Amino acid sequence: MNYLNENIDSLNKKLQDGEITAEDLAKATVKNIKETDKKINAWITVDEDAKPAEDLDFAKNKLAGIPIAIKDNIITNGMKTTAASHILYNYMPVYDATVISKLKKAQATFVGKTNMDEFAMGSSTEHSYYGATHNPWNLDKVPGGSSGGSAAAVASGEVVAALGSDTGGSIRQPAAFNGIFGIKPTYGRVSRWGLIAFGSSLDQIGVMSKRVKDSAEVLNVIAGPDEHDATVSEKEVPDFTSFLGQDVKGLRVAVPKEYMDAVDGEMHDVIQKQIDVLKDAGAIINEVSLPHTKYVVPTYYIVASSEASSNLQRYDGIRYGYRAKDTKNLLDVYVKSRSEGFGEEVKRRIMLGSFALSAGAYDEFFKKAAQVRTLICRDFEKIFEENDVIVGPTTTEPAFGIGEEVSDPIKMYNNDLLTISANLAGIPAASVPAGLVDGMPAGFQIMAKRFDEGNVFKVADFIERNNKFYEKTPTGMED
Amino acid sequence: MNFKSTIGLEVHFELKTKSKIFSPSPVSYGAEANTETNVIDWAMPGVLPRLNKDVYRLGIMVALATHSHILPVTHFDRKNYFYPDNPKAYQITQFFQPLARDGYIEVEVRGKKKRIGIHEMHIEEDAGKNTHGANGYSYVDLNRQGVPLLEVVSEPDMEDPEEAYAYLTKLRQIVQFTGASDVKMEEGSMRVDTNISIRPAGQEKLGTKVEMKNLNSFDHVRRSLAYEEKRQQQVLLSGGRVQLSTRRFDEATGKTVLERVKEGDADYRYFPEPDIAPYHIKQSWIDEIAESLPESPFERRKRYVEEYGIKEYDADVILQTKESSDFYDAAVAAGADPTLAANWLNTQVNGYLNENQVGIADIKLTPEHLAEMIKMIKDGTISSKIAKKVFKESIENGTDPKKYVEDKGMVQLSDVSVLGPMVTKVVDDNPQSVEDFKNGKDRAIGFLVGQIMKQTRGKANPKVVNQLLNKELQSR
Repeated sequence: MNYLNENIDSLNKKLQDGEITAEDLAKATVKNIKETDKKINAWITVDEDAKPAEDLDFAKNKLAGIPIAIKDNIITNGMKTTAASHILYNYMPVYDATVISKLKKAQATFVGKTNMDEFAMGSSTEHSYYGATHNPWNLDKVPGGSSGGSAAAVASGEVVAALGSDTGGSIRQPAAFNGIFGIKPTYGRVSRWGLIAFGSSLDQIGVMSKRVKDSAEVLNVIAGPDEHDATVSEKEVPDFTSFLGQDVKGLRVAVPKEYMDAVDGEMHDVIQKQIDVLKDAGAIINEVSLPHTKYVVPTYYIVASSEASSNLQRYDGIRYGYRAKDTKNLLDVYVKSRSEGFGEEVKRRIMLGSFALSAGAYDEFFKKAAQVRTLICRDFEKIFEENDVIVGPTTTEPAFGIGEEVSDPIKMYNNDLLTISANLAGIPAASVPAGLVDGMPAGFQIMAKRFDEGNVFKVADFIERNNKFYEKTPTGMED
Repeated sequence: MNFKSTIGLEVHFELKTKSKIFSPSPVSYGAEANTETNVIDWAMPGVLPRLNKDVYRLGIMVALATHSHILPVTHFDRKNYFYPDNPKAYQITQFFQPLARDGYIEVEVRGKKKRIGIHEMHIEEDAGKNTHGANGYSYVDLNRQGVPLLEVVSEPDMEDPEEAYAYLTKLRQIVQFTGASDVKMEEGSMRVDTNISIRPAGQEKLGTKVEMKNLNSFDHVRRSLAYEEKRQQQVLLSGGRVQLSTRRFDEATGKTVLERVKEGDADYRYFPEPDIAPYHIKQSWIDEIAESLPESPFERRKRYVEEYGIKEYDADVILQTKESSDFYDAAVAAGADPTLAANWLNTQVNGYLNENQVGIADIKLTPEHLAEMIKMIKDGTISSKIAKKVFKESIENGTDPKKYVEDKGMVQLSDVSVLGPMVTKVVDDNPQSVEDFKNGKDRAIGFLVGQIMKQTRGKANPKVVNQLLNKELQSR
């Protein structure tokens, strides 16, 4: 069974009508994943005995019996969770992330865990202890990252929807590279309890799916207050599907010139085309400036790496996970376990973050970055005083080749230029397919003010209805 | 050459919350290793701290009781270091913006009052406990991981070990009376680190600091500081230099022993804890806590001396612990005469506690029973001699004094209609005593009282018997 031509509504109807049982759906999904994954390697763990929940209520729960992919940095009780790292290669959780508890309550089916860059650090899913994931549109290209496994699983039709996480673009960039929709909600909209921390002030769980509505359905389930996470807002969660099917007349749409200047050629054209469509439909287009855009990459890499350097200290070989053999003393356990357990990119960021927080560097690096972050937030606040959404490209280029950038960290980091700001500002942002550039998908990014996912969905749905990108089939899967 | 000492103290108090500061695990003392832990305490991947806001309330109580300035916005920070008893490899503490600053307490040393400054106080989590087995393995117990602590950092205002001792005594008393902590050093709910430097008198610049950690009694604090003062003087007088170091007090020898030399400060890479939002402490909440703050030891002392009229010394003895002061207040509230209650508490009760090495909370005597017994003494129902028996019974077996006295027929015999004829008969039977009395021998009356006591098996009220005897003898 593959989901290229399915969505949650169509599956829900089939299940409700008894056209297929949830048990068969689970089995067929696993079977297809095993087959498809020979090409794309989108999964770290596949549960061959995956079973749906009991007493399924298809009328009440839209997700009942529908397999959802889970990124492997989200804690699943009794299902191995590795964050694609050697250091957690054998880690079996004893509790569920809040998003998992909520999906369980909604009776979704769990079939396994998807590949990613180790600890979500990367933009290509090449930095995985379990090997790189391949882009379903072209197997020689990366799927983006770090939620590259989730994105490829959705794009290839292995599942209808997936959970990802986004610290600097890790949902939106792979969504763009794979021609699917992906949303990073407002920081504080979805509980981080059970999300393996990377940059705690930036991390947010979100959803990826071919169709905009499917992400709205899943987000409806996973969003909302949680006693386990003090940074989640108490705000009431609207029905995100209620923002779909609307027109955009009078909607104030800001287009940052720094974002449009970052793209050229076909990429520029395909993005401009979406803006024109909005304009033609009566949206008010305003060119704006985000003057601090040039500082976002260094700011982000200091903040995220600093937090990561602290968050990743708990992987010390003492209580769980990988422990090096032949150690002589405590220091040896720490040094060897961590040296052998972490990959190069993770180590690079731990070093960077540890330095930025060290006594001699703190003021010039971490503190300065925190200050610049405040300025970046103000840029956005100012724009949202007179605009409802900000739009532009999600990435400067479509997917690059596997192995092309992996040895050039700075080039890799610059991939995140257009997605990072939303994390620094804590605002909701999504990527919806805009079209093809050189035969590879390009993403159109939509951002709105904090807790206004509604307008993001509204615009994304409008773009989707207009360009019907979902009708296209990934080109890399034919034999 | 004369030297001047500069002493500062860092005191950790365990805050008395039901659950840990960042996890719902219970807090108790002496549970089996690792039974009071959950995924948060183990720093499993993906967990987040869940702040127990009660720590702010308890911390604010101590801040108020020490005249400290409470910061309007406080937040937590991470202190990063690796150790197996520190599972996250960072401790959540308050580094940049502590709960409160600039407080003070007043102490009296050798009859002189002195104000000792409190630099700051901050809330943090405790670490677990490592033990090293004989088999070459080390063990980690995370029960203590995440127990809330309040660290009170003094100004370096103390100039000799006696002042440090007085500061600690007062600080413990103040904290104990707020109810924010159990302040038991033996259970680790109060822990003391000290630092001391000396310099030649007249020199402005402070000398090199030596730290001493985990001292387990106030006496050790005093003795270790006194030893350090002398040791550092000798080092300087012999032309040496004091090393920036941590030393340990060795109980057996009474000396301090070098643990490690410090080479610059460790870099803990402090930064704001992103998982817990900054907390705005509203003045209205502070006011509310101030309003409900339990009576301080100073206020109680004033009440005891001025209202109850008991001696200052007795008041101070009662106020040594909150438990004894609470016991006293409860006895007085139950109708005990304040002076008698103070006497009984400070002599008989304390005597029993010392003899049996127990605390006041562990005994069977209730304040109500003590009050009842004192009332019976006061109204003449029992003699003080009988009272001692009653007291023994109550404190050992928790027996109700009134019931005991009644059951055992220990009620004092004061009835004149009963005692009168007995007195007449005794006088009649002992003409020699009447003769002696007339000849001015007071001893005679004692003999007659003894006869009555014998006949009543000690129950006769001696005062009444004396009166009756005097009257009877005068009339002969």
